[in-house]
Amino acid sequence: MALQSPSLDVGGAILVKPTPTSAGRGYWQSVGRRLRRDPVTLICAAILILLVVASMAAPYLNLADPYKTSMLRRLYPLGSPNHWLGTDELGRDMFARLIYGGRLSLFMGVTPVVCALLIGGSLGILAGFVGGKTNMAIMRVMDVFYAFPSVLLAISLSGAMGAGTENTLLSLTLVFIPPICRVSESVTTQVRGFDFVDAAKASGASAFTIVRVHVLGNVLGPILVYATSLISVAIILAAGLSFLGLGVKPPEPEWGLMLNTLRQAIYVNPVLAALPGVMIFITSICFNLMSDGLRAAMDVKA
Amino acid sequence: MLLYALRRLIYLIPVAFGVSLLVFALVHLAPGDPISAIVPPDAPKEVVDKLKEYYGFDKPLPVQYLRWLGVTLTGDLGTSIGTGRSVAAEVGSAFGNTIILAIAATLLAFSLAVILGTAAAYAKSRIVDRLVTMISLIGVSVPHFWLAIVLVIIFAVELGVLPPMGIGPENSTGWQFDRAHLAHMVLPTIALSVIPLGVVTRTVRSTVKETLSMEFVTALQAKGMRDSRILFHVLKNAAPTCLAVMGLQAGNLIGGSILIETVFAWPGTGFLLNSAIFRRDLPILQGTTLVLAGFFMLLNLTVDIIQTMVDPRIKRG
Repeated sequence: MALQSPSLDVGGAILVKPTPTSAGRGYWQSVGRRLRRDPVTLICAAILILLVVASMAAPYLNLADPYKTSMLRRLYPLGSPNHWLGTDELGRDMFARLIYGGRLSLFMGVTPVVCALLIGGSLGILAGFVGGKTNMAIMRVMDVFYAFPSVLLAISLSGAMGAGTENTLLSLTLVFIPPICRVSESVTTQVRGFDFVDAAKASGASAFTIVRVHVLGNVLGPILVYATSLISVAIILAAGLSFLGLGVKPPEPEWGLMLNTLRQAIYVNPVLAALPGVMIFITSICFNLMSDGLRAAMDVKA
Repeated sequence: MLLYALRRLIYLIPVAFGVSLLVFALVHLAPGDPISAIVPPDAPKEVVDKLKEYYGFDKPLPVQYLRWLGVTLTGDLGTSIGTGRSVAAEVGSAFGNTIILAIAATLLAFSLAVILGTAAAYAKSRIVDRLVTMISLIGVSVPHFWLAIVLVIIFAVELGVLPPMGIGPENSTGWQFDRAHLAHMVLPTIALSVIPLGVVTRTVRSTVKETLSMEFVTALQAKGMRDSRILFHVLKNAAPTCLAVMGLQAGNLIGGSILIETVFAWPGTGFLLNSAIFRRDLPILQGTTLVLAGFFMLLNLTVDIIQTMVDPRIKRG
């Protein structure tokens, strides 16, 4: 389920099916096979790979300088010679800025989810596996974060800490830890109740081995699928923070910030003003479809 | 029932305590000390110390927290640094404007979601199901603040049929029920409703589909009940889950409307929060966050209780 995009809707219970760990390789092979037969997921993956590669390779692509302003060439319409996507309110080449913009926009959307996955996932697995008072302590702290609508939490934290890329990454990570932690805790608690965990315990396996082999093997899939469904929310939220002036600072190219600075141009060149949002939309829809495809291929019931 | 509600309310107390700690901490997350936000950097040291004493920032943090909590519990949220008005008054007037927009968006999203989701679950043709799935995918993927700008471009700039921003005609500061104010509401309401529409449509579709495959539906059909009556039973069974998801979404609308309010210059809590951030008006930032989080908690509690009333099976302890 797509996260409460700016409404993280977290909370859908995820059910885990026990998979014998010895069958591990076969399972991942069948996931790969199913993914290869899913055209929608493949197309989305191709688009995303293209976006990532283009933004990473941007300096070598022979693009116009995304920072070079020109008072004479402001707000050129689409299809102008030398600037086929036009120029922005300071005369900078739009195509170059949209490609370069992917660097920060993608980075700021994916990083918080990865960090939250590491922190929230570990906390959740710990809470679920140890149970008792540890579980209580961790999950009650998460409840506090759940008392805030996610967008409000992100904006208040960023607003208090001040604008800047690091602060945005930090506040978004904090926003995504609780949902990932809750999902991890719930699946780990389920796996802990399965017979093979008892069998491993009875055969003398250490807690570490049980977590590494039996728990991780079963919970990683559902947690990963859930985390990928958060990326599209994170991208929209990160762009939204920059749009408000709380994230990336000008003149850096970033899709959310570009949408903000181009707002003054909606009467002059409306199509141009909407372009950065199209990039955000494409990215977020691809991540959502990919996450759905992954969920289907991994057979996770959400 | 009353006992259950009471128990849920008591359970909220530790969470509310945590929320108050977090909101209190917001001021101290700010770079430098909280005073530096309101005095010029070259202010003489005596003045800074006087101000610190006045605001109580010279005391140890736990003392500051308890003092702040005590004052806040009496309903006094402090004074805005920017306007000098009381924070409670500022937040109060903005809150009403936010609620109106949120209610309109919730109604729009929920009614459309129920129709679309049910249609998709019932549909014999794959096209209807595909179409609805696509609508809900777009709903959850579209950057809603961008959609807001696109709506302004189409309906205000190009067609000129709806006003681009504001809550009403010029000089209007509050909302009232008339044509002009309603016209100003149309675009923000649509932009705000897309996310809940996407999320709830998905939920309605999958819940109704699941309910339709239950045995009692077959039993009702075998008994010869009319389809419209069966639909009623199905919806009644699907309602608790859908209500819970919608409740969460409604809360997110109220806390999350800041981007939409900024695009439309809608004088609600989000707009207030945004301007407070840029004036470094920390009391307003703190007060707005506290009020919105408090409202969100109470709303979730209400949804929880309503859910239990609609469906007595889930009396969760």
